Amino acid sequence: MSTRWQQRGRDMLYPLAAAGLAFLMAAGVLAALGASPLQAYAALVKGAFGSRNALAETLVKATPLLLVGLGICIAFRGQVINIGGEGQMIVGALLATALGLAFPHWPGWVMIPLAMLVAMMGGAVWGGIPGVLKAYYNVNEILSTIMMNAIAVQLMNYLLRGPMIDPVQAQRASQIPQTAALAAAYRLPRWVPTRLHLGALLAVVLAVVVYFLLWRTGWGYRIRAVGHNPHAARYAGIPVKRYTVLALVLSGAFAGLAGMVQVYGVNYRMITDGSATGFTGGAGFNGIVAALLGQLHPLGTIPAAVLFGALLVGANAMQRAVQVPSALVTALNGLVVVFVVSSEYFRRRARKRRLLQQTAASAATAVAPSSPED
Amino acid sequence: MATPFSATPKVQSVVMRGIVKRFPGVVANDHVDFDVHQGEVHALLGENGAGKSTLMKILYGLYQPDEGEIQVNGRPVTFASPLDAIRCGIGMVHQHFMLVETLTVAENVALGLPSSRGFVTDLERVAARLRALGEQYGLPVDPHARVWQLSVGQQQRVEILKVLYRGASLLILDEPTAVLTPQEVEDLFRVIRQMVGRGHSVVFISHKLHEVLSISDRITVLRDGRKVGTVRAAATNKAELARWMVGREVTFRPEKAPVTPGPVRLAVEDVHARSDRGTPALVGVSLAVRGGEIVGLAGVSGNGQRELAEVIAGLRPPTQGRVRLLGRDVTAWPADARADLGLAYIPEERMRDGVILPFSVAENFILRDHFKPPFARRGILQPQAILAHSQALIRAYQIKTPGPETPVQHLSGGNIQKVVLARELARAPQVIVAAQPTRGLDIGATEYVHAQLLQQRAAGAAVLLISEDLDEILALADRIAVIYEGRIMDVLPAAEADPQRLGLLMAGVARATG
Ligand SMILES: Nc1ncnc2c1ncn2[C@@H]1O[C@H](COP(=O)(O)OP(=O)(O)O)[C@@H](O)[C@H]1O
Ligand SMILES: [Mg+2]
Repeated sequence: MSTRWQQRGRDMLYPLAAAGLAFLMAAGVLAALGASPLQAYAALVKGAFGSRNALAETLVKATPLLLVGLGICIAFRGQVINIGGEGQMIVGALLATALGLAFPHWPGWVMIPLAMLVAMMGGAVWGGIPGVLKAYYNVNEILSTIMMNAIAVQLMNYLLRGPMIDPVQAQRASQIPQTAALAAAYRLPRWVPTRLHLGALLAVVLAVVVYFLLWRTGWGYRIRAVGHNPHAARYAGIPVKRYTVLALVLSGAFAGLAGMVQVYGVNYRMITDGSATGFTGGAGFNGIVAALLGQLHPLGTIPAAVLFGALLVGANAMQRAVQVPSALVTALNGLVVVFVVSSEYFRRRARKRRLLQQTAASAATAVAPSSPED
Repeated sequence: MATPFSATPKVQSVVMRGIVKRFPGVVANDHVDFDVHQGEVHALLGENGAGKSTLMKILYGLYQPDEGEIQVNGRPVTFASPLDAIRCGIGMVHQHFMLVETLTVAENVALGLPSSRGFVTDLERVAARLRALGEQYGLPVDPHARVWQLSVGQQQRVEILKVLYRGASLLILDEPTAVLTPQEVEDLFRVIRQMVGRGHSVVFISHKLHEVLSISDRITVLRDGRKVGTVRAAATNKAELARWMVGREVTFRPEKAPVTPGPVRLAVEDVHARSDRGTPALVGVSLAVRGGEIVGLAGVSGNGQRELAEVIAGLRPPTQGRVRLLGRDVTAWPADARADLGLAYIPEERMRDGVILPFSVAENFILRDHFKPPFARRGILQPQAILAHSQALIRAYQIKTPGPETPVQHLSGGNIQKVVLARELARAPQVIVAAQPTRGLDIGATEYVHAQLLQQRAAGAAVLLISEDLDEILALADRIAVIYEGRIMDVLPAAEADPQRLGLLMAGVARATG
């Protein structure tokens, strides 16, 4: 057992060191701008973790990243590249919001699970369409999921400016595209006085569920088999096309749930500025990065999502403290992404070397502990 | 000057003495002596993992020996890198080619060479010299062709030309025939003879006995990192070399117990099918295999063997005709239903179709059964059952792996084939389709696969053995069918078959009448 955890530990070192390097580089830029990097990073850490409220905000920001990231783990393990998290979040949220607004008088314990289900179904359909197009008509899923994002944004803008607009806003000249507020009974429970809501806990539980799904069930086995080698999967009688669709359907479902959680847990209504990120906060894209940083492992995605959540929250504090351009915050974000993704190459190389040595040194029947990775 | 190395003097002799090379956990070379002199082909023979590549990588400067010395033309040398070896006139063609696929032949050759015109490499000069070299040695290659457009055989020529271009007169060829068709092997041997005729020397690495006997002057055998001996090719034979390689007597004709064939278990009736490119691949093939019988399907590869195997396995729908398994018409059945009825399929491209390389050995064992008890209950995998099953198979099939959790991609080719074999045979199949089951395997592993197939035959399974290797078919089959251009030319009882007659049928020379 111990060797397995030792290896896990070594594997984690690479992305962590990479993130450290990214921060080091940004420190250089900060210094060049005349700001003290130490002071800046102290502000960042304090802003992200310094108080109960800061920590809660970080986790609130991390929650949709984690939910989307879990779906990305499933899709990428099945070798489908889902760039449609934004659209899937939007469609999931639209359905859940419409349901909550249409039936405002049900008990919360009925509506909340139902809304989750409906949101997941919406995201699933939005992901499933590119899945079907890929599996049966050979349409590249990167392009089709991006197009589905565009369609979702138009749909959201139409609905939030028209049929679903808040009656109060409809009266006013401002016409902010937002819906009416949900019934108070439908709000996800909060850890008062912070904004940390039940969705965060749910996301962590789901991370364990996804881990279990991928490595401990026949369906997960098939998704990974199809992802690694569709030829061998076909040989074994696995319906490859159906599992390609399934990977995208599940991926979309998690993004849809992320959309619902933003509405029922954070804003209590659906609101946008006319762009996709106006509603999602970019979680549909950043969730991909979190999953990659978490090495496409559902449990690894948890700390990765928290790290990005912290960057988002702490960066504002840093900017205030040392007065640097806000673009630097975006740049720091980007640096972390580039470094971490590149570190994957070195991790693989080291791992391969290690396994070669192991193979060479092994006796015929030595029994290694079970490790479900890769 | 196109090449800075053309002034390199010819290698007259190379002597390696007492070479020791250790890797973590293995001694790859254990006090090995080896020598080559001008104008000879010296074969290095041994099973996979015997240390052949390691010894030659030391001579080529890729590895540094832990002990021992190397002399070139009587002078002791140390090679810090391949550049030093190249300077001494030593060149190596690796087991896995090292060409840049998107570049042209000439660009590949020029890559890494100092240029005559500063930064701009004079590709036309390189091309001209390549053509001249090609003519000289019978290695015609278009210098402006892009590497990805070339066949494997042509890519190998490029590798050899690259080495000659750099002025090598001692060429090390590491398992050059592993990737070639029999025709291409003949071409390669012609080239080797040309080179030797011009005063070059060649180290020829292989684990195939007949090749080694037919091309080399001397043969050195390695086993488990140690040198077993060196003999003149003329003074030895297959049996002795095999004994040296494997360390025990090897039976080229495995014992075949007499088995009375049972009822027909596999029947293919008037099957037509298309290839991936849509051309007709099978044209009315009919064939029956009984329980307790091995039917060998002989033929030059590409005559419909792959398509026939896939039609039987349920991976390629026939355009016409039926497939019957155990008397049932399974033509419309999917692959997994056929497997569950009792069909085992050992696919020709085992790395592509037979295993999922990043999956562990244990996961590959349940490739067909990951939804069936005891490995899964209600869709939930049962790690204990999977582990126990894996350990049992690893033991029973003597698979060399650090453990059941090791990714299959880290195993040797022979052990990967054992994983496939173990998985398929553990399901107690009644019909087995084995496509090129020993291609690329060494003697030990080949012998093992043959024994397993014979054991299945004795247990009453119907075996269709598809192979390009006539020796294999003659050794195992009870009846032999020959396929040519998608048609069965003839089916002969093994007793009436001989290589000449089969060879004619394989070449499409009409049905032998007599
Ligand atoms: N770079 C390496 N690192 C560790 N072990 C190696 C390395 N290269 C070869 N080996 C080991 O050394 C032994 C001999 O390998 P090799 O020379 O490639 O054999 P051959 O070419 O005869 O098949 C094998 O056990 C192999 O696993
Ligand atoms: Mg080798």
